[in-house]
Amino acid sequence: MLTVLFFARLREQLGQASVRIAVNENTTVEQVLTQLKEEYPDWQSPLSSNNILAALNQQMVSKDTVVNAGDELAFFPPVTGG
Amino acid sequence: MSTKVRVSEADFNAGDEIALLQANNQADGAVVTFTGRVRKQNEGQQVTGLFLEHYPAMTALSLNRIIDSARAKWQINKVTVIHRVGQLNLGDNIVFVGVTSAHRGDAFAAAEFIMDYLKIEAPFWKKETRTDGEVWIDARQSDQDKAITW
Repeated sequence: MLTVLFFARLREQLGQASVRIAVNENTTVEQVLTQLKEEYPDWQSPLSSNNILAALNQQMVSKDTVVNAGDELAFFPPVTGG
Repeated sequence: MSTKVRVSEADFNAGDEIALLQANNQADGAVVTFTGRVRKQNEGQQVTGLFLEHYPAMTALSLNRIIDSARAKWQINKVTVIHRVGQLNLGDNIVFVGVTSAHRGDAFAAAEFIMDYLKIEAPFWKKETRTDGEVWIDARQSDQDKAITW
């Protein structure tokens, strides 16, 4: 199982802070987004934003990065700290 | 060489943090610090407060990675980065960055680099309370453009 976390505006739009989903081998971050949109049709619009960033096991990654069962994948809008 | 990173709701005192950077430190002629505070106006809107959300498992890791990158680029000694989260009021402290170095050039550059990368890589999000409601702050392209110039 893959743990998927959502933060800030995205968390509010989805109405949920996290989900756990089963992923196949060699699934990429981009494919996780596609899988989530299929499993949760209401999330189609917020998860289609070009502005979503991804962090895999607390490190920023590109959407073509491969995820594995047991990983923690986080999606969030561009950060605005400081 | 020491690194202090703290992410919490607690306030900080910039004077105390400067004193800690200077304590037992006769090697460094330069102490550069930056303090970010909640301001009352943003994008022409009246701001009444600020909420800061973060990704707890990632924030300290991210800040340490940014500091490590700064250490690889410049000769710096002590580094302190403090970032507050939770509900803040106008005038409250948000962030403190302090860097010591033998020379001012490295200290200035490293402090600015840390702030610039903190703005595009550290997982913090600001939600402003304004007179007309709450608004998540959008990231600025200018922050992205500035950071990638280093």
